[in-house]
Amino acid sequence: MNRYPVWKYVIIVIAMLVGAFFTLPNFFGEAPAVQVSSGKATVKVDTAVQRRVEEALKTAGIAFDAITFDGNSIKVRLNTTDNQLKAKDVIQKALVPDPSDPAYIVALNLLSRSPTWLSAMGAAPMYLGLDLRGGVHFMLQVDMQAALTKKVESLSGDLRTALREKNVRHGGINRVDQSIELRFREASVMAAAKSLIADQFTDLQTVEAPDGSEFKLTARIKEVAARTIQQQALKQNMVTLHNRINELGVAEPVIQQQGQDRIVVQLPGVQDTAKAKDILGRTATLEVRLVDESAEGRSAEAGTGPVPFGSERFLERNNQPVIVKKQVILTGENLTDAQPGFDNETQEAAVHLNLDAKGSRIFRDITRENIGKRMAILLFEKGKGEVVTAPVIRSEIGGGRVQISGRMSTVEANDTALLLRAGSLAAPMEIIEERTIGPSLGAENIAKGFNSVIWGFLVIVLFMCVYYMVFGVFSSIALGVNLLLLVAVLSMLQATLTLPGMAAMALALGMAIDSNVLINERVREELRSGASPQAAINAGYDRAWGTIFDSNVTTLIAGLALLIFGSGPVRGFAVVHCIGILTSMFSAVFFSRGLVNFWYGRVKKLKNVSIGTVWRPDGAGAVVKSGQGG
Amino acid sequence: MEFFKFRKDIPFMRHALALNVVSIATFLLAVFFLFSRGLHLSVEFTGGTVMEIGYSQPADVSKVRSVIAALGYTDIQVQTFGTAQDVIIRLPAQKGVSSAQQSELAFAALKQADPGVNLRRQEFVGPQVGEELVTDGLKALAMVVVGIMIYLAVRFEWKFAVAAIVANLHDVIIILGFFAFFQWEFSLAVLAAVLAVLGYSVNESVVIFDRIRENFRRYRKMDTIEIINNAITSTISRTIITHGSTQIMVLSMLLFGGPTLYYFALALTIGICFGIYSSVFVGAAIAMWLGIKREDMVKPTSPKATDPNDPNAGATV
Repeated sequence: MNRYPVWKYVIIVIAMLVGAFFTLPNFFGEAPAVQVSSGKATVKVDTAVQRRVEEALKTAGIAFDAITFDGNSIKVRLNTTDNQLKAKDVIQKALVPDPSDPAYIVALNLLSRSPTWLSAMGAAPMYLGLDLRGGVHFMLQVDMQAALTKKVESLSGDLRTALREKNVRHGGINRVDQSIELRFREASVMAAAKSLIADQFTDLQTVEAPDGSEFKLTARIKEVAARTIQQQALKQNMVTLHNRINELGVAEPVIQQQGQDRIVVQLPGVQDTAKAKDILGRTATLEVRLVDESAEGRSAEAGTGPVPFGSERFLERNNQPVIVKKQVILTGENLTDAQPGFDNETQEAAVHLNLDAKGSRIFRDITRENIGKRMAILLFEKGKGEVVTAPVIRSEIGGGRVQISGRMSTVEANDTALLLRAGSLAAPMEIIEERTIGPSLGAENIAKGFNSVIWGFLVIVLFMCVYYMVFGVFSSIALGVNLLLLVAVLSMLQATLTLPGMAAMALALGMAIDSNVLINERVREELRSGASPQAAINAGYDRAWGTIFDSNVTTLIAGLALLIFGSGPVRGFAVVHCIGILTSMFSAVFFSRGLVNFWYGRVKKLKNVSIGTVWRPDGAGAVVKSGQGG
Repeated sequence: MEFFKFRKDIPFMRHALALNVVSIATFLLAVFFLFSRGLHLSVEFTGGTVMEIGYSQPADVSKVRSVIAALGYTDIQVQTFGTAQDVIIRLPAQKGVSSAQQSELAFAALKQADPGVNLRRQEFVGPQVGEELVTDGLKALAMVVVGIMIYLAVRFEWKFAVAAIVANLHDVIIILGFFAFFQWEFSLAVLAAVLAVLGYSVNESVVIFDRIRENFRRYRKMDTIEIINNAITSTISRTIITHGSTQIMVLSMLLFGGPTLYYFALALTIGICFGIYSSVFVGAAIAMWLGIKREDMVKPTSPKATDPNDPNAGATV
């Protein structure tokens, strides 16, 4: 009765192998590394960059263990921190000649020392949380009301233009909070305006509100449209944050949406909070200006003359100078959207810009007066401008839809659109939570968590082995397997391990032994009441199972509640707690039974099981006693 | 080895009434302290700034306090943390002042007073986040209570569900009472510990109830009190051993986990100790007062009753 069919052992062996495989990377520790990633949306890291890095390191005579390219960044693994610093300098010099305008980010990082075949097969060590590796954590709240107000403001401008173009005579358009009030003298005019809004402004819904002798129409943003606006605002803010953080040179920044209107930013390894905050809070601005096409301007552009008065010299992305007038025509405030696309006629890659009403009016006037001349679109960051593109104006452009095309690849069009969109924040943000953990504290926390788990584990194992003899050994092995599987699942999921997570791991082990104690006690009890050893094992496992299942479900309910309602540290605790309960069901019941069956199941006439003293109240003494004496 | 050698069933229920009076008294005392002293909520709940700073030599707490107080704070807490070199500073949330600057200003002032200081950890929580955490914590507690009650009511019987939940809420309130009485810091980690205890010590009640159900099926001649006594006696060794094992782990956290895990482990310790007591004397006793009967457990129409050896027909490994 205590035999497992072969397939059950196969499952056990497979689970053990998979567990060992995914746990393995955690043992190799971390090696110092240098990471090269793109510093600008327009610069791509590719294998050519990898060759440059390799060459630079070779000429400098710095030995490296491995160099990998994962599609986004190049990571160079080195053997010592000394070499890491040297390599960083060398790569920095080779790739970034101008430190004030970095095309690549060269950052120090830690890389798993696990062999490449392991990483190639998708096995990676657990991701350590900020409290274990040190760094900064920010939670930012996006002011969605401001984003909506901004949108309503721009819509009311558009509405005014549209009504004028259609000759609908209104008696005033005003934005009141987040709605637009339109006044009319006649009902028929109002009806015309209403149908115009229904046609052209699909984001708006209108309600008639008669006001004395006047006719009043209130337009509001539809629920669905408002949600889209909010989502876009959040997304745009995240893109902007990403671009800004790139400049900090953080190896693995985490930028995540949390809830409807929050963004979590985690910068591992960053210690300078002040600088991080400064960069997060900075605004980039977009400007449209005319290129100085005068003779002086042209000679300055060719590098043969001085920059004329009233103009400035900026560099284009390909480092070609452009002389631009100081007068600003439009700013990013007038830009509502930028999307990559294609030119309708030439099928060239292009970027489509949408301007708001005010912007379109100005743009139409300027383009009409400057056909044949060049216009520059500049992006200012950190007070430093760069010409994104400087196309020639071919015709008057009305309607607020602008297309930038010519000499652009699809990738460039994508990047330019992103850069233009990401130039500014869609809505203001505020830091509502902030945490800094020093690197030494992180290392201490790892040691503390590790010690808690290991010492607790060892003492439990010792006790189990003494108290339950061979069954205690089985229980201890099962507990070890539980730890193995728990770490494997966490590594597989790439869950973030935090100090509360390590506490949960210790607690999970403390609770997992509960199942084995239940089983062992039950087996002893069966032996006490005179059952044969084989029957006692069988009944012990079977009867204990119901109890184990019930108690694990109740514990799991608590774990899930923490997972659903918890945030931050509690979540880290809950994830490990829940996974720990699931793995313990496998290891404590299924796996330990496998061990027992393997050991005792095949013995035909089993007289003894080593489970410690089975004490009988009738004074007959320990009839079934462990071989070594309990 | 065998620690527990009982010749007869221990008459646990004989003293149930007296012990329940003690329980009620402890419970009321805990509630009293919760209201009179309140919980010393951590910055995560109240909002504000916490800074942990380290000195190379033992820190002069009063000097640190005077440096910070000179910045114009009235309600500040400065105390050593873990070792004599480490100091933890709590600043209240200030409306209007940008949170980000708060810690920077404070640290700059400390650096001026003693250049050897280094910032080990810094945390700022805005007031709105704190409020959310309180409501989320209460929601989580409600979900655990309701979820466990539903599960136990389906799996056992409503009387058991009520008894188990009362027993475990009793534990939770007592843990909170301890935190209120000693004014230990109640942080998010402690909340997690409290909820974990709630899930864990329900196990205790489940194990005993499971045995009570089994005994009702097996020993037809025993009365309810005898059955409960037998169930507790036969599970007590397991109860003590598993709680001991869990406590070993918690003790290990208490000793090696450092100050961050200290209160977490402390909450678990109290929870585990009271968990044993409450499942035996509160849970089982309430089930007894509620009047569990053989008929509640052994339904003649139920197919389960046909197989008295299998308390959980359908559940397989």
